[in-house]
Amino acid sequence: MGKADSVFEVIGPIMIGPSSSHTAAAVRIGLISRAILGESVKKAIIQLHGSYALTGKGHGTDKALIAGLLGLDAADERIKSALEIAKDVGIIFEFQKVDLGDDFPPNTVRLLIEGPTQVHFEITGVSVGGGNIGVIEINGLSVQISGEYHTLISIHNDRPGIVAKATAIIAQHKVNISNMCVSRQRRGGLAAMVVEMDQSLPPEALSELEDKAQIVRLIPPIY
Amino acid sequence: MDYNSIQQLLKLAARNNKRIGEIVLAVEAEKENESPDTIRGQMVISWEVMKQSLKKGVTEDIRSISGLSGGDGKLFFARQPKYLSPHISKAVAWALGVAEVNAAMGRIVACPTAGSSGIVPAALMLAKERLAVDEEKIITALFTAAGIGIICSVNASISGAEGGCQAETGVAAAMAAGALTELAGGSPTMVGHAVALCLSNMLGLVCDPVAGLVEVPCVLRNAGGLMQAVLAAELALSGIQSRIPVDEVIEAMNEVGDSLPESLRETALGGLANTPTGNQYRKKVQ
Repeated sequence: MGKADSVFEVIGPIMIGPSSSHTAAAVRIGLISRAILGESVKKAIIQLHGSYALTGKGHGTDKALIAGLLGLDAADERIKSALEIAKDVGIIFEFQKVDLGDDFPPNTVRLLIEGPTQVHFEITGVSVGGGNIGVIEINGLSVQISGEYHTLISIHNDRPGIVAKATAIIAQHKVNISNMCVSRQRRGGLAAMVVEMDQSLPPEALSELEDKAQIVRLIPPIY
Repeated sequence: MDYNSIQQLLKLAARNNKRIGEIVLAVEAEKENESPDTIRGQMVISWEVMKQSLKKGVTEDIRSISGLSGGDGKLFFARQPKYLSPHISKAVAWALGVAEVNAAMGRIVACPTAGSSGIVPAALMLAKERLAVDEEKIITALFTAAGIGIICSVNASISGAEGGCQAETGVAAAMAAGALTELAGGSPTMVGHAVALCLSNMLGLVCDPVAGLVEVPCVLRNAGGLMQAVLAAELALSGIQSRIPVDEVIEAMNEVGDSLPESLRETALGGLANTPTGNQYRKKVQ
């Protein structure tokens, strides 16, 4: 866990127990995965790795992840009954214990999720301590998303100009970039860009980017 | 204005003739570029959640998913103590109760962690009832506690996986000890000694959760931490001083944490987790 630089990192978060890493962080990984999917979740295969697989059940990690996929936040008392709620609204889900290898931290989960329009995503999230999270992969592409900022995500075919276009739009709206990362499978292959920003953008600002990319998402801070 | 050690924080409070919590609040507001009222308002919300969890933990029937914890806070709250004063006995019940609420997927405020979330609320509720202090002072005391927690986090750790249980219930107790001392009218110097004495008594406490769950011995250690906090505050208020300066004690906690084997840092491979019974529980739960 990193060093606290705020009062509310030592008195907080307000959360449903029992564990900031296994419960609060799991809710947040679910929540951001739902936001990346961009619609409600119909189907979810949830692969638990490391300590999430070993001690997740006793920590309610399964309930927490489903709660997040339902759109509940980490302080919502309905987390306890998230599995029943999900069944009631007809979400199909399955948990699997997997070994993703030593490259992944102990608290890692990979979510294969699908919405009503059959759009589907494979999202890998990790707990990084104190209830904080990171999304480290989307559809096999490396990313770095903390969920603490307004986040612009673009998945597109690797070619010159996309990053310039995005940063130009962001600059036009006088929005400040706090973190940015780009990655790709191979030259000319599928690429991902993530921009974490201090302020939001109007959704219509992204129409030009949407023309050039396969997937564009603008996600508000989830905590 | 900023602080990187307890000594600096105490000096700022003494020099400005302010309570420690007021300094912590002012620094936070400056850092976050928010008004002190906004920051204070956030803390009021946290205190409200703490109060709900305090009540829930000693009145409702609580049971965790694993069945390893629940019910002790309520049981202890209803009982006439043999040795403890009625006030302290209630505070112990609160500490147990909040930790049980946490284990049973109830809502708590991590303080500094979820596993150690019972100690500071129980201590502050004790001060509120015993000393009849008003809510405004309790909120300021929460900032005092937070300042102590931030320094422990920066100069040592508040994670059991890094520093053992001393980093979680130990730091929680130190936060509570400082707040209790200040609320009872202790000087900034006394607050420093309370923190030092409290941490000295909890140095080396290992993190050995049975079956890897935040239950055994975590719930119990919230009760222990509460007692250590009250003891340290009382010692400091009497004028007893820590022979080792507080920031050196925090350094020592950091060194001790680094020397702990991995088996005693939240991996559930050692200590109580690795007893025959602890291992049986693990098999049952997984």
